[in-house]
Amino acid sequence: MTEPLLAVEDLRKHYPVRSGVLRRVTGHVKAVDGVGFALGEGETLGLVGESGCGKSTTATTVLGIEEPTGGSVRFDGRDVTDLSRDEVKAFRRRVGMIFQDPTTAFDPRMTVGESVAEPLEVHGIHDTHRQREIVADTLVRVGMSAADADRYPDAFSGGQKQRIALARALVTDPDVLVADEPVSALDVSVQAEILSLLEDLRADLGLSMLLISHDLGVVRQVCDRVAVMYLGEIVERGPTEALFADPQHPYTEALVDAIPEPDPRQRGGTLELTGDVPDPSNQPPGCSFHPRCPGVVPPEDLDIDQGTFRRVLDFRLAVESGDVSPADDADAARLRERHDLPATLDGDGAETALAGAIEDLLAGDSEAAVDRLEGAFATVCEEEDPALGETPPGHEAACHLHDPPAED
Amino acid sequence: MDDPLLSVRDLRTRFHTDEGTVRAVDGVTFDVAAGETVCLVGESGSGKTVACESITQLIPMPPGEIDGEVRFDGEDLAAKSPRELQDYRGGRIGHVFQNPMGALDPVYTVGDQVVEAIRLHRDVGKREARERAMDLLDRVGIGDVADRFDDYPHQFSGGMKQRVVVAMALACDPDLLIADEPTTALDVTIQAQVLRLLSDLQAERGMGLLFVTHDLGVVAEIADRVVVMYAGKIMETGDVFEVFETPSHPYTRALLDCLPGRGREQSTIGGSLPDPTDPPGGCRFHPRCPHAVSDCRGGDQPPFRAREGADHEISCVLYDDDHELPVDLAGARPEGP
Repeated sequence: MTEPLLAVEDLRKHYPVRSGVLRRVTGHVKAVDGVGFALGEGETLGLVGESGCGKSTTATTVLGIEEPTGGSVRFDGRDVTDLSRDEVKAFRRRVGMIFQDPTTAFDPRMTVGESVAEPLEVHGIHDTHRQREIVADTLVRVGMSAADADRYPDAFSGGQKQRIALARALVTDPDVLVADEPVSALDVSVQAEILSLLEDLRADLGLSMLLISHDLGVVRQVCDRVAVMYLGEIVERGPTEALFADPQHPYTEALVDAIPEPDPRQRGGTLELTGDVPDPSNQPPGCSFHPRCPGVVPPEDLDIDQGTFRRVLDFRLAVESGDVSPADDADAARLRERHDLPATLDGDGAETALAGAIEDLLAGDSEAAVDRLEGAFATVCEEEDPALGETPPGHEAACHLHDPPAED
Repeated sequence: MDDPLLSVRDLRTRFHTDEGTVRAVDGVTFDVAAGETVCLVGESGSGKTVACESITQLIPMPPGEIDGEVRFDGEDLAAKSPRELQDYRGGRIGHVFQNPMGALDPVYTVGDQVVEAIRLHRDVGKREARERAMDLLDRVGIGDVADRFDDYPHQFSGGMKQRVVVAMALACDPDLLIADEPTTALDVTIQAQVLRLLSDLQAERGMGLLFVTHDLGVVAEIADRVVVMYAGKIMETGDVFEVFETPSHPYTRALLDCLPGRGREQSTIGGSLPDPTDPPGGCRFHPRCPHAVSDCRGGDQPPFRAREGADHEISCVLYDDDHELPVDLAGARPEGP
């Protein structure tokens, strides 16, 4: 197989957290932590995830706008991280980028033509006549008119400004376009126009595209393949239709499920995630999704169903973080009710451990309760970080649900 | 039938600017009954937010000017003094805005802000207000309220902040909650939580809910009735099932067809919103409408016509007796694969 145009492996970007008078480094925010993907020629790859998952940091690190902490980025066979100054310049000419908010992307005192021509200036085309020609061509290509070059940005609507931003990204005739939330700030009808423009440009110019978005609908519309990020890691990647039709990671499933469908007969009944995205400076051990995961794997020696185990685990996590104060609930039955736990658990071992822990709590000994709960209700999801593994061919997920059965 | 909780008749909100008069809302009529969820849906510039803000006159006047009738629980809000309106806002009518970061004061704890919302309208002691604030925060799903009560807004995530804002809006048991794009700034998984919360609270309290959004997916999720707006006017209105299963106005169809990622060819509307100081005559959508005929171009907005046997009205000349309905508007909308 030929090498992909852009190959990213084990990319990491950690930001130090400093505190105290001496500003000592006390921890790291792992914004990007071991991300890998490949972008082939003429291909569109979608990078999706909730805000704060590290999608944008991935893009800026791939482009070398920020120095990666580790990992490699190979573009056209060369490692981008050890290029000379001139080579970096050449790399940047071949990669264009557009951002979310087109209204702040332009200097209001420069004409559209001057803004679009800026990358040309940087890359050594100083002949103004030649510049005007290229700018006019590019503006026409994105659906604007050549005469717009002499107007100022505030004369244009949001959608038109995004077209102009696209013109500026394309003016150096790049091979790759990195688009970070290119349509999130736009109305649906304008979104549709920009998305179809992106598709046309890809077909006409043979562009490869890395599209970053939190909107799964957008990604589904334009991407060939999708990578799903959660807390700095890729949890699933695969061909777009396969990923949407048959998500292999519970997080992807929840994301796909949470898209509101424009069909009132399908309302409700969605798989709802509990809790918020954890603080990236204090990531949960093992699979970082396990505190919210509806599919968390129960220990093998327990005869307990999935839903009940999720609630017991929520209870355990609440006790551990000190969020359960027995003062509010005088007796065991109320405590169970409050945490949505059944009156008795199936399986003797499980019930004994839970009842014991509740007794400890009521007696005011939360440490003993934590020990008991930790002993009985441990899950592989918090102990081991799952690796990306192939599920169906060509489709990968990092989840213990796909572990081969241990002893059968 | 009883009077609806909120009745808006021929609402017109204009802004006098140097460039001319902007008719942001131009003759809008709708009702919200107790316990009902009505969604105002439209793109930016459609006037949906201004329509909402005109109800309790949150519009700066001048340059704004509001005409038309707004009746809330039988009372004419337009005739109220600014002092009386103040009692309605945050009292019997709660507001939730799009950006939770902007709605909370960063230098006060969230608990104090909810307490303030309560004491502004209710003559209760500090202790009692604090207890009520705790209850409210617990109800909107802030876990471990006792600990978090004295935290500052920056210690909360976006979804949690929006819950605090909802708690503040509910502080005085409003009969009507006006929510303007309350989930637009949130991630989909958090959006699902907040939508669930709003519909649970509504069912519990029998509130009327007026919900503004540009997201048709969200509309389908929570609305009982839908009001589709374009350039300050209502294009189509009706029961949520009717509107989604038989979208009848060409604009509503176009809006549904440009949703991305539905597994079928995405279409675009083409053209752009009309100049708000000089909107076209006739149907405001006609310059962009694929079905426009000469009758669309002049005069007033086309009259509303009900679809036979349905709780569903459309402002489009193609639905009167003199015109033949184009094939692709007749009947239900084709489903994607």
